[in-house]
This record gives sequence, structure tokens and C-alpha cells, in this order.
Amino acid sequence: MHELSIAHSLVEVASKAALNADAGHVARVHLRLGLLAGVEKDALLFCYDIAAEGTVLEGSTLEIEELPVIVHCAACGVDTTLDTIQRFACGNCGALTGDIRQGKELSIDYLELETEDAAENIADSAERAE
Amino acid sequence: MQPRILQIQQSVLSKNDELARGLRDRFTAAGVTTINVVSSPGSGKTLLLTKTIERLVARGYRVATLVGDLATDNDARRLAEAGAPVRQIVTGGNCHLEAHMIEEYLGDWDLKDYDFLFIENVGNLVCPSSYDLGEDFRIVILSVTEGEDKPLKYPPMFNSADLAVITKIDIAEAVEFNRDAAHASIQSVRPGMTILEVSAKTGEGVDVWVDTLIKRHEGT
Repeated sequence: MHELSIAHSLVEVASKAALNADAGHVARVHLRLGLLAGVEKDALLFCYDIAAEGTVLEGSTLEIEELPVIVHCAACGVDTTLDTIQRFACGNCGALTGDIRQGKELSIDYLELETEDAAENIADSAERAE
Repeated sequence: MQPRILQIQQSVLSKNDELARGLRDRFTAAGVTTINVVSSPGSGKTLLLTKTIERLVARGYRVATLVGDLATDNDARRLAEAGAPVRQIVTGGNCHLEAHMIEEYLGDWDLKDYDFLFIENVGNLVCPSSYDLGEDFRIVILSVTEGEDKPLKYPPMFNSADLAVITKIDIAEAVEFNRDAAHASIQSVRPGMTILEVSAKTGEGVDVWVDTLIKRHEGT
């Protein structure tokens, strides 16, 4: 299983971007994950909290958007969204095609940041609770 | 209120990918053909590589090998017997090789001194698929004992390869290997991929495989 090392890379890239933007605390990380990336969604979610510990991402939520594989058929010009990655076939003519247009993604799309207002609200409600 | 959004659009493996690009540039500049060999444990990678190196050396090619292993240097010792320099990358439990390991272990090797660099990845059909090592070609090995549907179980790995080699073909009949089914499985997840069949033990198909490597080297 290599999802822990993927999670560490993810945290490194995201926290660097957050720190560069002087972003404070991160609430959510949005990841695009192609079905051909070779990364297991559940295993990555499991490893994320461990990797995020002690960083600006600690306590944040990882949102994973899974992207199906799309192949292009040269013969009939049609793009097909595959319902299985066990068969790379054109949905129109049935020919096998290796021309992949989507499905290898493993990239951070965007971060949702906790704004100062939101942070203050949390602080206020904490005070009120006391 | 709306949350603040920070657009990133960056690959999670951007650091590895960047190192891999640097390695690929170095390999190209030095004229060395680099081959990343991936498979399950026990597919016969090391024996095939040993025979391959022997033949390439006999034909005057200069070969170096990096071999990844979780814990032992057994494979490196076997490969060294083929008569070409070998370095062992003990990954310490890591299930795959990464570009920074290749960079580190190439060390003081002058790449201009070599025609081929083989990288024997850790035996694993899942994790190595995500990591570009800067290789020119990725070879996936499947042995006849593994089951014809293995490519269907590991599509990302088979899909990421440039060439498939079926090993242990000498015992195909004994294990009732269905050749057509295996070829169909590979084509289903990686349409158009060249498939070679070899037996490192009897030598069957090894010359064709070695010729294929040489052709690819001369084409680069």
C-alpha cells in the first residue's frame, strides 16, 4: 500500500500552497482522482488524517472527486466514458482503443480556507459557551 | 458566507514528476536507454534480467542495473553474476521505487559509460504504477503461473506499460496456461501493446526479446 506516501505528498503540496498564500487554516482539500491513477480512494482517506497531523491541514476534510476513464476512438471519433477499466473499448463501434483522454489525474484542485470571520465566529461561540 | 477558495491545480506527485523529468533528460543526453521492469513477486524478473544482461554484454553492450528490494540483496547478488555493475536499493519496507531513490543510487555512475540501464522495481503490481522514474520504457512481466486474468485485476499497471513479457513459457502446458486468454486480457486493458513470450530457463524467445531492446535502444 502506497497511499500513506501519496497522502504525505498531498499534504506537502497543499500545505506549501496554503502557507505561500498566507491562508491560515484549511477546511477542505479537493482532490481529482482518476481511476487509472493507481490510488485507492478509501485507503487514501484513511491515511489522510495521519499525514495531516501537525500541519495546517490538521482537522481538514479531504474531498475526493473520482474521475472515470474517457477514451477516444480514432476510427469513429467518439469519446467514451468507460464503465469498467477492464476493457478499453469504444462505446460506439466496440474497437479497442488506448487513446486516453481522462483517468490518470491525481491532482489537488483547490483548497477551501477557513476565513477570519469564520474563525472569529467559532471563537465567539466558544466564549459564549463558557 | 462563501468560504475562501485557493485554486491549486497541482499534481500530488509533482515533486516526483519533476525529478523524473530531470532524470529523463540526463538519460537522453547520455544516450542510455532506461527500462523500468515491473511485475508481481515471483514472476521471474531477476532470472530474465540476468539472462538478458548476459546476452547484451556478450553482444558488446554496456549495461548497468538498479534493483529495488524490500529487505534483501539476494537479487542484486544474482544479477551481479551476469557480469555488469549492479546497485541494490533496499527500500526498507517501501513498496515501490521513487525518482529520488534512482537519483541517489545512480551516484557517481557516469551514464555515458552505458547503453542500457535496467531498473528492477519492487515486486508489486499496484504501487509502482504511479511513480515515473524517468524511464524510456516500462516493461510489465506476467508469468504463466499467475493466471490469464491478472491484467484485468491490475489495469492501471498494465495500462501504464509499454511492453508485456510473458515468462516461464516452458511450463505453460503443465500449468494449463491459456495463451489466447492472456493476450486478450492484456489487449483489453492496454490495446495495441506488444507482447513477447520467453523462457529464461530454456532460452526460448530470449533472443527476440533482446533484439527488441536493442532495436528500441538504436531508435532512441
